[in-house]
Amino acid sequence: MFISERRKFIFGALVSAGLIAVGTQWGCAPAAPTANGVGGTAARQGKTVELLNVSYDPTRELWTDLNAAFSEQYQKDAGVTVKIKPSHGSSGTQAQSILNGNAADVATLSIWSDTEQLHKGGLLKDGWEDRLPNRSLPYTSTVVMVVRKGNPKGIKEWADLVEKDGVEIVTPNPKTSGNGKLSLLAAWGSVILGGGSEEDATKFITKLYQRVPKLDTGARGATTTFSQKGVGDVHLTMESEAYLEVEEAKGQLEIVYPSISILHEPHVAVVDQVVDKKGTRDVAEAYLKSLYTPAGQEIIAKHHFRPTDPEILAKHKSDFQEIKLFALTEVVKGGWAEAQTKFFADQALFDQIVKPSNKTGK
Amino acid sequence: MHTSRAVGHKPGTTGHGSHTEPAWVRWLLISCAIAVISILVIIPVVNVFYQALANGFDTYRHQLLDDAETRHAIWLTLTVVPVAVVLNTIFGVAVAWAVTRFQFPGRTILIAFIDLPFAISPVVVGLMIMLMFGRLGIWGPTLEHWGIKIVFAYPGLVLATTFVTLPFVARELIPVMEALGADEETAAVSLGANGWQMFWRITLPNIRLGLLYGVILCNARAMGEFGAVRVVSGGISGETDTMPLRVEKLFQEYELPESFAVASVLTLLALVTLIAKTLLEHQTQQQLARADDEQAET
Repeated sequence: MFISERRKFIFGALVSAGLIAVGTQWGCAPAAPTANGVGGTAARQGKTVELLNVSYDPTRELWTDLNAAFSEQYQKDAGVTVKIKPSHGSSGTQAQSILNGNAADVATLSIWSDTEQLHKGGLLKDGWEDRLPNRSLPYTSTVVMVVRKGNPKGIKEWADLVEKDGVEIVTPNPKTSGNGKLSLLAAWGSVILGGGSEEDATKFITKLYQRVPKLDTGARGATTTFSQKGVGDVHLTMESEAYLEVEEAKGQLEIVYPSISILHEPHVAVVDQVVDKKGTRDVAEAYLKSLYTPAGQEIIAKHHFRPTDPEILAKHKSDFQEIKLFALTEVVKGGWAEAQTKFFADQALFDQIVKPSNKTGK
Repeated sequence: MHTSRAVGHKPGTTGHGSHTEPAWVRWLLISCAIAVISILVIIPVVNVFYQALANGFDTYRHQLLDDAETRHAIWLTLTVVPVAVVLNTIFGVAVAWAVTRFQFPGRTILIAFIDLPFAISPVVVGLMIMLMFGRLGIWGPTLEHWGIKIVFAYPGLVLATTFVTLPFVARELIPVMEALGADEETAAVSLGANGWQMFWRITLPNIRLGLLYGVILCNARAMGEFGAVRVVSGGISGETDTMPLRVEKLFQEYELPESFAVASVLTLLALVTLIAKTLLEHQTQQQLARADDEQAET
């Protein structure tokens, strides 16, 4: 009898403890986001402001450094402690998550059309692109090639990818990955700007994707496939990722710069609806502006993204091999909107070339 | 599931069939089983620990405790899981009670619906929650108006985990309560016990092993939940990353040793669960044997 009484008590105690836990957690969690809601900079002196930066995949290391630098500077200048929380994922997924209510103070996505989605969804005001210097581009990048040590297949140019014998190519799926989209468009542009017709370019990318054994969904997945699983002869990837990958491989991989490639323009934006609601606009704007300062640009260069400040870029000239970089609009007139419908939408060009048996697109 | 079978049969009456198969068939089957288990289960599990501890225990400890985001992920899992388990325990007991003690229209459909979370892919569960509670979801505008955050915050994680692990406790209890029948409870009520007294003194002691078993399974599944939680978490480091999400993130950040360290903790928790489950089964069998003996004596 004594034992069962005691057990009963313990069980009851556990249940009530659990219920209390539920109560407090559910009660507190919703309150947290509104806690920073009121007050301008003056009212925040000595307090902590939290910012959420929703970004794309291959920028984790970059933002870790940029965030630390900004927090330190802002503490000095305004006496406010800023804590920046990062969220990373593939660019399209991240845009979706912001649209669904992930309260990002700033969106630093990979592809213009993803940021534009936020504008269409009413989260960004009109003209968002012109609110920060250089069309809201603190840095740019490009697509390069990573090959095995000594470049055994002799890959130097885009044409080599389909002309050299038995080349296996690793690149992520353009439908899900910004990196994948850029790789496809870089290959496409290399043909068009080399004087080829759209038909030639279609043939070229068809052959190219026939040589891709597996399409990973994200950029990091493709990197793992190439560098750690040892699949393929060449990996098409962003310049910044390529440097990381080569450093990580300790001499087993090297970078090849083709003579021409695409200019990657990852725009940054303050998410108007979120910052106005949270009352964090001043901090969020200061945060993005800090990217354009010499200190911010130096950090960007250190992580192998191309600084947009001409002076800092010139200083790091040796790190960024000069190749011909073309803007997307030079090869796809309508920019990202057209690229999306022409290449990546359902049954668009990419679906047709990876499924040659599928006749519905013709 | 084991408990229900153990309740139904006396130990010793199942298994141990006569060995009619030729020896080579037996050995072939046994070695196949061992080979499959080794390749698919034992070697990978051991490897996780090997990789995690490859650089010594000190490094391992640093990998787990030096990174604030990893610490937060461990803490988050340890706070999300108990809440989900408690919610499911309450739900499980209530629903098992309802379907085994009462006849009502829609009872069969209710039982079928309990199993639904087993059948739906966790990713879809995540999307379902998003379509309900996200900014663009059905309740989105209302929640935004009241300043309540569900998705991309703690409540969303609890909701996703609870949904995915909903069937465990109920599924364990329904057969147990069906087998027990309502006789003892009816007797208690006829002797003047109120509802609470009957529940605490009669029902709960009778079902406690089944209940505990369900809780353990629910707990194990809740800790490992990835798909649904990933969709609703928004991947905010140091805020909504649970342990399984942290493992993936570390892996993608090329932090392989750290990734294996967190993975090893998750695996360790799974092993603890396994041991608890085995001990419990052992205890159940002993108790049944004792009950049988007593019955035989009287």
